[in-house]
This record gives sequence, C-alpha cells and structure tokens, in this order.
Amino acid sequence: MGWAIALHGGAGDIPYSLPPERRQPREEALRHCLQIGIKALNSKFTPLDVVELVVRELENIPHFNAGRGSVLTNKGTVEMEASIMDGKTMKCGAVSGLTTVVNAVSLARLVMENTPHIYLAFDGAEDFARQQGVETVDSSHFITPENIERLNQAKDANRVQIDYTQPIQNDTKNETEPPFANGDSQIGTVGCVAVDSNGNLASATSTGGLVNKMVGRIGDTPVIGAGTYANEFCAVSATGKGEAIIRGTVARDVAALMEFKGLSLKEAANIVVQERTPKGTVGLVAVSAAGEIAMPYNTTGMFRACATEDGYSEVAIWPDTKIE
Amino acid sequence: MAGWAIAVHGGAGVDPNLPPQRQEEAKQLLTHCLNLGISALRSGASAVDVVELVVRQLETDPIFNSGRGSALTAKGTVEMEASIMDGTKRRCGAVSGVSTVKNPVSLARLVMEKSPHSYLAFAGAEEFARQQGVEVVDNEYFITPDNVGMLKLAKEANTIMFDYRIPTEKCAGLESPVKMNGLPISVYAPETVGCVVVDSEGRCAAATSTGGLMNKMSGRIGDSPLIGAGTYACEVCGVSCTGEGEAIIRGTLAREVAAVMEYKDLGLQEAVDFVIKHRLDEGFAGLIAVSNKGEVAYGFNCNGMFRGCATENGFMEVGIWE
Repeated sequence: MGWAIALHGGAGDIPYSLPPERRQPREEALRHCLQIGIKALNSKFTPLDVVELVVRELENIPHFNAGRGSVLTNKGTVEMEASIMDGKTMKCGAVSGLTTVVNAVSLARLVMENTPHIYLAFDGAEDFARQQGVETVDSSHFITPENIERLNQAKDANRVQIDYTQPIQNDTKNETEPPFANGDSQIGTVGCVAVDSNGNLASATSTGGLVNKMVGRIGDTPVIGAGTYANEFCAVSATGKGEAIIRGTVARDVAALMEFKGLSLKEAANIVVQERTPKGTVGLVAVSAAGEIAMPYNTTGMFRACATEDGYSEVAIWPDTKIE
Repeated sequence: MAGWAIAVHGGAGVDPNLPPQRQEEAKQLLTHCLNLGISALRSGASAVDVVELVVRQLETDPIFNSGRGSALTAKGTVEMEASIMDGTKRRCGAVSGVSTVKNPVSLARLVMEKSPHSYLAFAGAEEFARQQGVEVVDNEYFITPDNVGMLKLAKEANTIMFDYRIPTEKCAGLESPVKMNGLPISVYAPETVGCVVVDSEGRCAAATSTGGLMNKMSGRIGDSPLIGAGTYACEVCGVSCTGEGEAIIRGTLAREVAAVMEYKDLGLQEAVDFVIKHRLDEGFAGLIAVSNKGEVAYGFNCNGMFRGCATENGFMEVGIWE
C-alpha cells in the first residue's frame, strides 16, 4: 500500500447556491493544500510532519475558520485552538485560547514535544509561545472583514452559529437544531490526516471556534478523542458543532469501532457520523493503517480533499459532485 | 430494576509510607461523602445531582487535591478544573483555569445547563461564574500551608508533582521505591477527586474535579475536564479517572470503559479491568465506574487509590490499598 492523505476545511450548511466567487477560492485552497501534502508524502516526510504542514497552510488561508480567518468571539476577539496526535506513539498536544500565535497547530506540537504536558491554554499557552520563540503577531492579523460581518449578523440574530454570513431566518431559540442553510459560505474548522506506506498515522485539527462564542469557550478541536485522534488503526479529524462532537467522542469512536467491532474504516466512520451524532452537526476525514480514506458528513456539505499514492485525488464540497 | 450504586475517589497513586493518621482522615472523608450520596439517593435524587453534591463536598474539604487544598501552579496560585456528565443524554459541562470559584464542579454543571457550550475556561469561565452568581472567594482561600510547602519542594527538585499530602519533615529522603511520572511517590501523590452514580432509575452520571499537577505550568489542562478522558457517562455507565493526566488523555480512559462495554459486550468489572490492563502502557492511573445495572467497580495499576463504594443492597467499602 502507499500513503494516503485527507484534509477538510469544515463541515456545515454549505448551500448549493454558493456563488462561484465564494466557492472557487476555497476549492483552490483545498487543491493547493492537498498538493503540499502530496509533495511532502512523496518526499517521505512523516505523517506527523505532513499533517502539521498542511494544517499550517490551512491556518494561513483566510477563507477557512482557523488561524487567519478565524471566527470571532462575542467580544469581537479571536481565540484559536488546535491539537495534533501521532498515532504511532499516541503522543498528543493541544492548545486553546490563543490570540497572537500565527500557527496554533505548531504550538500544539511544541506542547507535545517540549513539555511534560499535553494541553496548554490561554495566558499560559501564550507565555509558552513566547518562550519557544514561535511567530506571534498582533491579534488584528487574524480578523477578516467577513468575520466581523458574520459576528454582527450573529449578534442580530442573537445566536451562536457554525459560521453563517446571512442572518438566520429561523425564529427558534433552540440551540440544538441545525440552522437553516441560508448563508453564502459555510466555513469551519480545518484538519488533516495522513498515513505513510508503513501504516503510521497522524491527525491535526485547528479552529477559531463558533461565531459569537462566549469568551473562554473551548470546543472539540483541542479535546483529544473528540476533534482529533490517531492510534494504530486510524487517524481522524472532525468538524462541525463542537458540543456534539465532544459528547459523541467522535474521533475516538471511529477508531474504537474498528478495534472492538472489527469494522472497516468506512463502516466505522459512517456509523459515527450517521447514527451516533445528530444530523447537521458533524463531518470528519479519516485514514486507516491500510491506506483507506473516509470523509463522511451529516451536514449539507464539507470542504474536503484527499489523495492516495497511486495517483487518485479528489476535491469536493457536496456529495456526488466531485470537482476533480 | 437494579438498585442504585455510588463510588467516590480521592486519587490514585498513594505513598506506601503515608502516615496512618492521614490514611484515617482520608477514609473518614470518603465515608462521609459516601453517606452524603447514599442519603441523597435514598431520597430519590438523580444521579447527576448526587455526583455534584458529593464532589462539592470533596472540593470543600482540604484533604484531597480539589477546590480548597488544590495543588499549586508554578506561580504559587490555584487553577482548578472539573467536569460533569449526565449519562441520560450525554449532556456535559466542564471548566478549566478557575481561580476564585468555590465549587468548580457546580460551575461545570452550570456550563452544561445554562450556557450554549460544553466547556469554558480561564477568564471566560470566571466571567460566567459572576454572571451566574456562584460563590466566589479570593484565590488564597484554596491555598493550604501543606501545599505551599510541597510547591517549594517541587521547585527544589525542579520537577512536576501531582500532589502531596505528607508533611514536609517526612520527605527529606526521596528514595521511595514507588514511582509515578518517573519520580518518587513521596513527592508525587495525585489526589484528583471524583464520583460516579447510578440512581434508582438506572441513570448514570460522573463528575471529576482537581487542582491539577503541583508546580504545573500556568495554563496546563489535564484529563479531569476532558470529556472522554477523565470523565464520561452514557446510558450504560459512568466513569471518573485519576492519576497521570497525560496517560489518561492519551488513553481516552473514561470513554474506553464505556466503549468496550458497548462494542465488546463486556460487563462493568471486565471493562474496568481491560482498560486498566491494556490502555495505560507505562502510565499510572485508576478509575471508578458504575453501570446502569446497579453495579460498581474500580481499578488501578498504581500503588493504591483512595476510594469508597456502596450499593443499594447494603454493600459498602472504603479503602486505599489493593
């Protein structure tokens, strides 16, 4: 078997009517990041290095909800979080509450490799970033006009949203119902999973969180077993409504179904997404030690891309309509 | 319908040289907490109410590492974290970096019930606490002289400590044969607290609370507030873990017990034994668990765990060692 890689730029209510000027830059970005991952795998980078590299790239692209382009808290600030896991060693690292660190996923890796801990957050994480000399910038660097707009609309609608640009038409205050698909673009968490030809697996996920979230709110992304997981069976990165992913221990469950029930990657991933989490809340990308790929979602769409060493590659947003 | 069951813990990994008086104090507190829980269960309280009630008591008492009596960060301050999970719909709430809230487990419950989120931390959690009007105190309230002494020792040894309850004069020699996190247990005694309950309706719940590692980096989050790692509850069981946080996170320990019950059809004790045996590699940890069938179980792979358990049919046990 050869290597395999899959990445995502968020699952959610991405409307089919998404205009080309909102769709194309994201497709292009997914293609670009996929190429970076492919090149790295062909150059024999480890899966851990590959997922970090690809997620860094996704963080730097302002079209996705991570790093630059992160959605805003209810105070108009950015609080970024990320995690990374090495399936071979089961070592992991996570960070939350970052406001100046350009690449959260890289800081998560440093927590994993340079501290006796797994997870650092807020001021402590920012201090650590400075000790480690990682690149930091003024917090305004991460804020984009689109996200200011999203926040204003969310405040008008008085709702926490998984990234909407249009006001919510739905009157209901029920937070657990998936919102209507009426935004132009749906942007979400980013993530990447990879496996090399020896079956070594790794996963990384990064995000700005939920639009209009409470300051201090932590989602699934930095919670090992929820948004990110990798072991000897598979590597998984999830996206969607954080609260549902935490409750569903989504990333861990895919691996658990494979291990304890002997299911294939696709079967396990489908069960978790279609049967164990509410509709409209979750998507994930996963690769297995055998080089399989799964990218199920129970939302309208999920920005995603994948490739295998034998030359197959795919960039897609909705079901049944591959772009290439 | 099976009866209720309850288990509490005050940490896995105990110094074999712990003075008898300290052992007694710990057992008395565990007994007291069990009785509080039992009393509530007999009055028909729900599992989630009982775990909160019991963990509040453990936080308030300075004996273990949670609430008052929490381990100190490298800065000499207290940063507490907790989580709670209601198995019925797998609702959950968690907080980290809490420094003035008297009962972190209750704040975690409010996150679950009164916020649109599952997990709040640091300044955001503190702000939410004030909005909710929970009881807040100065950070000094949580700091005990014992822990100030331990922090000093830890800094001298320049290492991380889980927690330590033994008076300073006893730990001059660090030659304890028992080790956790690579260092002598006399210097590393983790004492996170937790409670798991299945009520008379068969509903499971779990809650865990801690001050974390002695001399930890400010901002360090451990397993206790992480759903699936330190705490988990679903239809079939409720689990709370304690020990080396990093090992518990990597092993997604609490979720693991439930997963092998659900996916491998193991019974509660089998599941607990399996997880302790196979999911901890070099890590040291312990856990308590209840099932929706009214069973209670615990397991640990280190030297002792402060625990107590009871079931409706009259069984009750409080212990520290194997």
